[in-house]
Amino acid sequence: MRGAIKPARHGAQAWRVGLQVLLAAVIGGLIYGAFINAADNLARTHISSGFGFWNNSAGFDISQTLIPYSPGISTFGRAFWVGLLNTLFVAALGIVLATLLGFTIGIARLSRNWLVARLAGFYVELIRNIPLLLQLLFWYNAVLKSLPELRDSIVLPMGGFLNNRGLFLPRPVFAPGFSAVIAALLVGIGAAIVLQVWARRRRKRSGAPTPVGRWIAALLVGLPLAALALAGFPVAFELPQMSRFNVVGGLEILPEFAALVVALSVYTAAFIAEVVRAGILAVAAGQTEAAQALGLRSGTTLRLIVVPQAVRVMVPPLTSQYLNLTKNSSLAVAIGYPDLVQVFAGSVLNITGQAVEVIAITMAVYLTISLFTSLVMNLYGRMTAIVER
Amino acid sequence: MKRIATALSLALLLAFSAQTAWAQTLQTVKQRGQLICGANGTLAGFGLPDPQGNWTGFDVDFCRAIAAAIFNDPSKVKFVPLTAANRFTALQSGEVDVLSRNTTWTMSRDTTLGLDFAAVTFFDGQGFMVHKSLKVSSALELNGASVCVQQGTTTELNLADYFRSHQMALKTVTFATADEAIKAYDSGRCDSYTTDSSGLYGERLRLTSPNDNIVLPEIISKEPLSPAVRQGDDSWEDLVRWTHEAMLDAEEFGVTKSNVDEQLKSANPEIRRLLGVEGQFGQSLGLTNDWAYRIIKSIGNYGESFDRNVGENSPLKIARGLNALWTKGGLQYGLPVR
Repeated sequence: MRGAIKPARHGAQAWRVGLQVLLAAVIGGLIYGAFINAADNLARTHISSGFGFWNNSAGFDISQTLIPYSPGISTFGRAFWVGLLNTLFVAALGIVLATLLGFTIGIARLSRNWLVARLAGFYVELIRNIPLLLQLLFWYNAVLKSLPELRDSIVLPMGGFLNNRGLFLPRPVFAPGFSAVIAALLVGIGAAIVLQVWARRRRKRSGAPTPVGRWIAALLVGLPLAALALAGFPVAFELPQMSRFNVVGGLEILPEFAALVVALSVYTAAFIAEVVRAGILAVAAGQTEAAQALGLRSGTTLRLIVVPQAVRVMVPPLTSQYLNLTKNSSLAVAIGYPDLVQVFAGSVLNITGQAVEVIAITMAVYLTISLFTSLVMNLYGRMTAIVER
Repeated sequence: MKRIATALSLALLLAFSAQTAWAQTLQTVKQRGQLICGANGTLAGFGLPDPQGNWTGFDVDFCRAIAAAIFNDPSKVKFVPLTAANRFTALQSGEVDVLSRNTTWTMSRDTTLGLDFAAVTFFDGQGFMVHKSLKVSSALELNGASVCVQQGTTTELNLADYFRSHQMALKTVTFATADEAIKAYDSGRCDSYTTDSSGLYGERLRLTSPNDNIVLPEIISKEPLSPAVRQGDDSWEDLVRWTHEAMLDAEEFGVTKSNVDEQLKSANPEIRRLLGVEGQFGQSLGLTNDWAYRIIKSIGNYGESFDRNVGENSPLKIARGLNALWTKGGLQYGLPVR
């Protein structure tokens, strides 16, 4: 019977492959044609094209730069990297905070405590039904702008300031001796990992619980602290100073940045909470009952039985939320946070006038970030997948 | 997001349209029965819809003048509000026929953006506004100040240049629209707000308490504001340029909205040529010979438009200064209709 249908399938297979090659060729041809046509049209309409602008100096200033940048000296290419890093910074911080908040609220919503569960439910329904842009404007215009003006700044303990221009904190300045502390921390981390592996092996072999948490904490905190004391505290703090116009020095957290991080985290957390709830509910109730029948406590049940199985279900929708958060960070333009879209697809596009190139680069960057995030999450998903034994 | 959409539509247009050459703007406008004018939607005195939705302002009146010359009807204009960030893309992609939005004529814009500037309708310069409570009397005292600025403007670049050349520290807070920038300044986010000085007077009126803010005396740049058209349609550029020249000539010869009908009988050959009593000047632009008469009849001469929108008869009360006629010590010099 297999022999009988094989020739037909073979033909169909060849036809299918041929069709796909043809389709790929058509798409390729279209893209090529569009490219040539665009270049032709740009030349005809006297709009300059190409990527020569990349190394020209950018004359504008940027409010938050994670790498050195100075207007008039740095290039448009440098401005691109400044914007990209600002986007990645906001996205990374947003993802961490949204995950922490989202897991907390998702689990709280399943709590047996009526009030806690209702409050979590209220949070989710309120936040996810209000457009993100409105929330962003709310945090920026209603909350952060209503902080006191510069001259009436709230003075924080340890020499910090809080006003409507941001949060200003003492900035640690490390003396050369500080490398000893970092070395101690690395040694501590290494030792902690070794200890953890040893403890796990011992438990597998003997079944006896081997609590090493206290030792690990001691290694992680104690070693660096001891090094710090031995090196004679090689850290100084640069305090922010009130000057005629602004607070100068210290560590500056811009209100635009704070509003964006808060809005993105709070908004995405509502969706993550639902993902978490769905993931936990997807684990069959029998699993919990079996664990309880074995005498595991509810915390242990959650940690060892429910969450590992729930994570498997949660990874794909969680990936979508992380991608959304990253892309939503481009709403920064609404409040003047210098992210990639604001700096590159904004100032650079306007000064160079090269819309096609700038927008193409911007789109390619978001595509790359998204594909990379997906890749990492897929790898994580594969790690947590059930391994058939 | 509008900016991205405009840029995308330009990219698609360039990629998939067969022939993007702009040769026939006047014909297109005539067939459409309407001029599409890119204007500023938020700048008092230059381009701003009033509560009834009627567009007003100096740049707006310029577009109405073009419509009057073509259709003998200044209302045949559709205004498209543009931000500093999306204005050039809108013109390049053909979304608007003419860009009349307080735009500075610079060399790089003229040579690399695929557009041409027609004539300087307003000589401007960049200035600073500060909160009075700071007790600052000169821009040179602004060392270390934070300044709110709008993105995609020459202003953004001049600001960095000025502080750099005077070795002063600067904290810039950049916003996509003038609206957001001025709001941030008003709330105390910045010590100073900077834009073209004509704009400063307009924006000051929108602050919560205008009298608590002052405009500093320094003018730190040259900002010749000019309407722009797409490069490659020379006859359309001619029409836009001569609209401005006609309004200037009318002011110089004393032809006004109210006396233009009597002036038709004038013996002065320059007035007779301007108003189309003698010569074929309108036809050479692709219009009728009474094109300038139509402009002055419905909009008035340059001085009338200036006074009504930004000058002494407006809330802005901007002095003529550099924009006075050359005969009165200014720079506005109407080219001869001859």
